[in-house]
Amino acid sequence: MQWFRSVTRELLGLFIDDGSFALAILLWLAAVLALSRLTITSSWPACALFCGLAAILIESVLRYARRHR
Amino acid sequence: MTFDLIHTGATRLGTTVGAAFLASLVECVEALTVVLAVGSVRGWRSALAGAGTALAVLAAIVAALGPALSRIPLHLIQLVVGTMILLFGLRWLRKAILRAAGLIPLHDEAAAFQKNIAAMHTAPTGAPSQTSRTFDKPAFAAAFNITMLEGTEVVFIVIALGAGASGLLLPASLGAAAALLVVAALGLALHRPLARVPENTLKFIVGVLLSAFGTFWVSEGARLSWPGFTAANPDLAIPFLMAAYLVLALALVALCRKVANRTPVEE
Repeated sequence: MQWFRSVTRELLGLFIDDGSFALAILLWLAAVLALSRLTITSSWPACALFCGLAAILIESVLRYARRHR
Repeated sequence: MTFDLIHTGATRLGTTVGAAFLASLVECVEALTVVLAVGSVRGWRSALAGAGTALAVLAAIVAALGPALSRIPLHLIQLVVGTMILLFGLRWLRKAILRAAGLIPLHDEAAAFQKNIAAMHTAPTGAPSQTSRTFDKPAFAAAFNITMLEGTEVVFIVIALGAGASGLLLPASLGAAAALLVVAALGLALHRPLARVPENTLKFIVGVLLSAFGTFWVSEGARLSWPGFTAANPDLAIPFLMAAYLVLALALVALCRKVANRTPVEE
């Protein structure tokens, strides 16, 4: 059972390292999915998906850099 | 199982094999570091038996979970797996950027090797040599656990990458198997931890690949279309996403270095 617990912990650690970073990604995905339901043929939700994820990555990395300089 | 080239597309096949290979390579190198350390100190027989048993268990897991995935609607799998891969890939990329910028220390395989050797020297039970014919439980357990841990991650990668479309499980498995063979061959040739492999560079590339894949799969699962790419061939968006994430990550490394080196101003 010890290895099972270790595997579970390891698997969770695969997805969640910085809690706020993971939460921001999930919230953004939910927002884009909700907004995409309102539009039918437009391709902007796909662009917005990438831009939002890029913005989350930039914010998280720069926040870490400022805190640890 | 056969390749469905017409429906799957060469672009996706190539990127799936490549992503599975690189992502699995990172995990295999980590497992090999420990198995080499255990084998060199406690004896190769038990260490290889532990690693081999874990690989057999993992193969059974892949065989059990792989066919089950085909019964779930593809869009749902793409959305769920895409989200998981995105969390996984962006987390990986974020760490690789911070490492490349010098904000967090690089993972040192050589240090990990020495640490495992020290742990094995102090492990209980007799002191088996490399020529020992007796079964060495700590060596077996250590090799089994690390292969199980890292191997489970490889299984996840294979199943996730293979779930993107029908016929992708085999290319993803081949990519992972190729990584295993390459690392095993390297291990045999070097008999040393693979500290020479630039691990962070590898993780950086894998982070870019997985982030691009995750973004693409979420968009596919949500039926979002990318500008400039027809619905008949949306896979062409993947290389563009990879390029975009790569440029972003490289720019962030430079920006982080600048921010980290700037002296705090008085407010």
